[in-house]
Amino acid sequence: MNKIFVLGFLLFPFGLLLSNSTKYSPKQTSETFSALQKTKFPGEIVYKKYCISCHQPDGGGVPHMNPPLINTSYVLGDKEPLIKIVLNGLQNTKIDDKTYTNPMPPLKALKDQEIADVLTYVRNSFGNKASAVTAAEVKAVRNKGK
Amino acid sequence: MKKNILISVLLLSAAIFAIFSFTKISSSTKIIPLPKADIDNAGLTLPAGFSALIVADNTGEARHLAVTKEGDIYVKLGSAKDGKGILFLQDENKDGKVDKQSGFGDYGGTGMYVKDGYLYASSNTDVYRYKLNDKDEVADQNNPEKIISGLLDRGEHNSKSVTLDNDGNIYVNIGAYSNSCQESDRTPGSMGMKGCPILDSAGGIWQFKADKANQTYGDGVHYASGLRNVVGLDWNQKDNALFVMQHGRDQLHDLFPKYYDSKTSAILPAECMYEIHKGDNAGWPYIYYNQIQKKQILMPEYGGDGKKTADKKYLDPVVAFPGHLAPNGLLFYTGNQFPEKYKNGAFIAFHGSWNRSPEPQAGYFVAFVPFKDGKPSGKWEIFANGFAGQKNLSPGSAKHRPCGLAQGPDGSLYVSDDSKGTIYRIMYSKK
Repeated sequence: MNKIFVLGFLLFPFGLLLSNSTKYSPKQTSETFSALQKTKFPGEIVYKKYCISCHQPDGGGVPHMNPPLINTSYVLGDKEPLIKIVLNGLQNTKIDDKTYTNPMPPLKALKDQEIADVLTYVRNSFGNKASAVTAAEVKAVRNKGK
Repeated sequence: MKKNILISVLLLSAAIFAIFSFTKISSSTKIIPLPKADIDNAGLTLPAGFSALIVADNTGEARHLAVTKEGDIYVKLGSAKDGKGILFLQDENKDGKVDKQSGFGDYGGTGMYVKDGYLYASSNTDVYRYKLNDKDEVADQNNPEKIISGLLDRGEHNSKSVTLDNDGNIYVNIGAYSNSCQESDRTPGSMGMKGCPILDSAGGIWQFKADKANQTYGDGVHYASGLRNVVGLDWNQKDNALFVMQHGRDQLHDLFPKYYDSKTSAILPAECMYEIHKGDNAGWPYIYYNQIQKKQILMPEYGGDGKKTADKKYLDPVVAFPGHLAPNGLLFYTGNQFPEKYKNGAFIAFHGSWNRSPEPQAGYFVAFVPFKDGKPSGKWEIFANGFAGQKNLSPGSAKHRPCGLAQGPDGSLYVSDDSKGTIYRIMYSKK
């Protein structure tokens, strides 16, 4: 079974409590721990589950297909449009003068906290540095759209 | 005595004439020696006896290319650079390196092909042809003949590659504007649209007349269907048939995690080479090809579970490569420069994967498949590697990504790179 999936499965229902899991082998648990120790961002788990295949482990995206998350106005600028992209997806858009052809599906099924976490992670990884996104901000944008 | 002198003079003149004529003939048929390879073989790893050089660099998004009988190179750029979408590269001092560059055609695109006195070029919606003069140069760069127009471009898989047969037909790929014909493209769990409506105008190969202006869908023949996206295609002269390389679907794990783990999703489905005849259907989006089990598997969007096979039988591939390598160029080698093994075999330029993460990416090489009598006669192998210039492969940071292939008049193999715009020439120099 996919390690990341296991990780995601463990994390969200039990809120970062991993120590007493007996369902998984000791090896997996220790790997889980070391993965957690490496990052201070819970959003990394969300990123690895939902974003990594298109936006890539280094956030570099795929030229002409999937936009990079490194040093772009979309990621580092206003939070509201960024939150909207995650909620509603994006299709065939020009970003910083470059066209990307693969559509991004809407991820509105994610919880406010998960979206806040992953955006905070993205805004502070791959060389990015920008303010955190809170669950309340995600909630406000989500409610506006209704 | 006088007679003898006369004979001698005649003989001498004949000899001089013969020598002179011979020199003239041999100079006109003189084989131009191969240029010097780069010391590091242009950064490539090649089989023994082969060498390479960079003939041009930083040309732009060099998609497909064509080499004329004079050795000049036409390159189609993915997007026009300084208002020029087609480059014409020449090597005037014959040292192997381009020293004269010009351009024309203000549109981006992929297709580039030279045949019977014309240069064919495609944008993402249209196909043009330019008349060539006896030196294979385009005389009127501003007024090409628009032979096909109005082909679908909805962003995803919009490149229109072209190749020609020997009966005056041109074949154009129209890629599906979708990954797997889901109701909501690339959305986890979304099921496939019933009777995939994309297939009526995309996801296949269309045949048009190469010499007829202003054709569109209605004038063409829907030659083959069920092909998700083809970028590399070529006419096999030995078999007198069209061969194509399909880009297989993405994201089996992302979209259907209950049936596929990320390791399986990194290698499935196969990137397939198909031999195409009129009316063929390769099965997208209903099936994919599993290269390990050598079976057509029902797509999860259409009721599959990773194991079920389809009731209906679709076209089987002639070669099945590992998943996501992204074949962007296909060329059947008809030259005499390379060793016998390569004659009539297929070279495939693999652009390199993005859809294998979190597993390592793969591809970014040119592969070779030996052919005999129009059929594969052995296993595929990596022919030229090292384009990415790094061990950890990633589409964003790869230095070069192989895209187009062309054969030079002397049998050299040319490879284009649409990342940095490098044009490579690969030669066999061991005698």
